[in-house]
Amino acid sequence: MHEWALAEAVINAASEIAEKEGLKQITKVIVRTGELQQLEPEMLEFAFSQLKTAKFKNTVFAIETEKARFKCRMCGHTWIFNKKGLGKNESEAIHFVPEIAHTYIRCPKCGSPDFETQEGRGVVLQSIKGVK
Amino acid sequence: MVDPRIAVIADRMKGIKRIIAVSSGKGGVGKSLVASTLALILTREGHKVGLFDLDFTSPSTHVILGIEGVQPEEDKGIIPPEVNGLKYMSITYYSGDLAAPLRGNDVSNVLVELFSITRWEELDYLVLDMPPGIGDVTLDLIRLIRNTRFLIVTTSSQLAFETVRKLASLLGELKIQIIGVIENMKMEKSDVIRKQTEKLGLKFLEEIPYDPKLEEAIGSPDRLLRTTFGKKIEEVSSAM
Repeated sequence: MHEWALAEAVINAASEIAEKEGLKQITKVIVRTGELQQLEPEMLEFAFSQLKTAKFKNTVFAIETEKARFKCRMCGHTWIFNKKGLGKNESEAIHFVPEIAHTYIRCPKCGSPDFETQEGRGVVLQSIKGVK
Repeated sequence: MVDPRIAVIADRMKGIKRIIAVSSGKGGVGKSLVASTLALILTREGHKVGLFDLDFTSPSTHVILGIEGVQPEEDKGIIPPEVNGLKYMSITYYSGDLAAPLRGNDVSNVLVELFSITRWEELDYLVLDMPPGIGDVTLDLIRLIRNTRFLIVTTSSQLAFETVRKLASLLGELKIQIIGVIENMKMEKSDVIRKQTEKLGLKFLEEIPYDPKLEEAIGSPDRLLRTTFGKKIEEVSSAM
């Protein structure tokens, strides 16, 4: 599962922040995942549970999902990503590399592939809390 | 808000002994052919080699090596398939034969995403086929993978070499190692590029004559290695 690799990234990033901030224990990690990447929260949770080190002993991992919003650079139209209409392979390709949206998705108004993913792309470490 | 992917890239690269970015100032000088052939030669020499096509909007190494019908395996990330004895990674696994029209920030995101999820494991060499110029990929590579060494390809044209100067100057300023310069598609006898390369304090590695047979060898690694071009790249492999 590819979620594992991104969970490792979150654990590494949170550990680096904890080190910098002098946190002995991390109590909460908030992760935001963009719907464009279509990550399975259960898989992320499982990976977190397997990957956590001593510093994460009592950590609550909160996973929030964010809708993916596109804005067309040609006509200015904005719309929300919906994987309906995409084939299985196309959807999976976007799951691995969200920018592949530019290969398979077009602006529903003018047909342009030149759009911006304004929000909801992939994994973001929103915040961490801990005790010093 | 932090992009966590950056924090895992060092882990993904730690099993790789040498990283070679095959680069140029201008397009059309033969970077992808040099990168693909070099990767093949290093593999045949018995090294563990990976080849990563970083020219996301115009990938071509899969065509050069005749790679089709393979996909990475998904296992705690993605494992590049082994083709022709080397581990091969390309955006074409996801975009297929279709265009990937990407702007700078998208290119940067693809690079970070693929470096953060690709498990190369142990390699002697990772060869990177770069897009031309000093754009997002070059800057991200310098930012994220500091031990990358650059192999610069040029033609005999002053136009191509002018951009080599700029690339070399930037890499020098940022203290990034340059392995040397290859002069490709040489049509006439001249030592102008050699002299100019040495004047920049860089190693002139090889001059490769224009090889009309090369086009016919595209898609066939064995034929590629038998060309004059292949033989010349073999001569520079020890410098890597």
